[in-house]
Amino acid sequence: MSKIHVTTTVNGDEVEFLCDPRETVLDVLRDRLGMTGSKEGCGTGDCGACSITLDGRLVCSCLVLGAEAEGREIETVEGIATGEDLHPLQQKFIEYAALQCGICTPGILVATKALLEKNPDPTETEVRYWLAGNLCRCTGYDKIIRAVMDTAADMREAS
Amino acid sequence: MQYHTPTSFEDAIEIAAQADGITRFLAGGTDVLVQLRADIVTPDTLIDIKGISGTKTITHNDDGSWRIGVAVSGAEMTEHPTLARDWPGVVEATDLIGSTQVQGRCTMVGNLCNGSPAADAVPAMVAAGMTVTVSGPDGTRELAVEDVPTGPGKTCLAKGELISAVNIPARGANGGDAYLRFIPRTEMDIAVVGAAVNLRLEGDTITEARVSLGAVAPTVLLVPQAADAIIGTTLDDAALTALAQAANAACAPIDDKRGTIKFRTHVAGVLAQRAARIAYERAQKAGK
Repeated sequence: MSKIHVTTTVNGDEVEFLCDPRETVLDVLRDRLGMTGSKEGCGTGDCGACSITLDGRLVCSCLVLGAEAEGREIETVEGIATGEDLHPLQQKFIEYAALQCGICTPGILVATKALLEKNPDPTETEVRYWLAGNLCRCTGYDKIIRAVMDTAADMREAS
Repeated sequence: MQYHTPTSFEDAIEIAAQADGITRFLAGGTDVLVQLRADIVTPDTLIDIKGISGTKTITHNDDGSWRIGVAVSGAEMTEHPTLARDWPGVVEATDLIGSTQVQGRCTMVGNLCNGSPAADAVPAMVAAGMTVTVSGPDGTRELAVEDVPTGPGKTCLAKGELISAVNIPARGANGGDAYLRFIPRTEMDIAVVGAAVNLRLEGDTITEARVSLGAVAPTVLLVPQAADAIIGTTLDDAALTALAQAANAACAPIDDKRGTIKFRTHVAGVLAQRAARIAYERAQKAGK
């Protein structure tokens, strides 16, 4: 089967890859580009562990074909920190211990970063609905929600 | 699997008409790619239609009607500055599909063509009187949304045909629509029952209405008897009772772990009443 040549941008860097038409962006990120931050939980768009942004829009990378990434801009969890400096969300997640096994964390960081860029002052209800597609089986969500609310408050103060 | 990215509907139709085996059109992929990944449906030909001009555009026509590009996502509809002012029920129903991530990709046309009787957007589309433009090897035809699904997972589209546009009528004066669904939790679930009502008022009296029910029959239903029960009334208690009875009578649901026949039938009446009240209030506000 012939492979498809794709040129796309990942975290600001132009990348090229060849992929099978059935491969998803998640497959490409993990298996072809060595970026294993995005996780495969369910592979059917239910759990959110593979969340990325595509042209700034939050999506599940398991439900986007690699071939669809042609000419688009992808942002993943690997692009959230600036060098060694963690993003405020990452710092708060550590401070609040808003994770246990960590599989859901990359997706939740990508999803909440997208939320705070769209809405810097969300209510708790808005955060919970926004994250309804990011499943966490460890924390019971409470620490995650508190970490997000506190980050949002800090970022509003800093801006 | 062959992956195609045509730049016109004519090219898409030609590819589909000549393809052997299973063909799927790809817009948001939130059903097509799930079925592909789960080995439920493995297309031989996958035609990505997002490169076709106009598929990502929302147009408010001069006559007040709307044309929604077939690849416009739920999130794009929700973010549109004025669409939800005209058609809050249609936008809210589409917004109920899946998570934030799914909203970034899912489309009304995908929801319709997936053919699920529990599709959230479809009852609101039917109640709104929406149509779709179907393009194929023999030209184009316009179909009422309720005529597209023919059974669970099935549509009336023939080989080589695809939906090329979605049309919402002009809202017009003193109108309102609403959609409600029942699920056992508050988010991220499939409708056990869905109900949509669209109506128009003259003074306090309903002059036009369309009522649609989801997840209570093999396809989403348009229920004219339920509309007749409230047309000519002020949505008083007697009208609401008649509405619920007509909705109950239209139900032919399955019995499964998510809802019994008795439960689904009862809830269909309750949701029709509640959606009618919301639509009525919206129509009253639109008249002020």
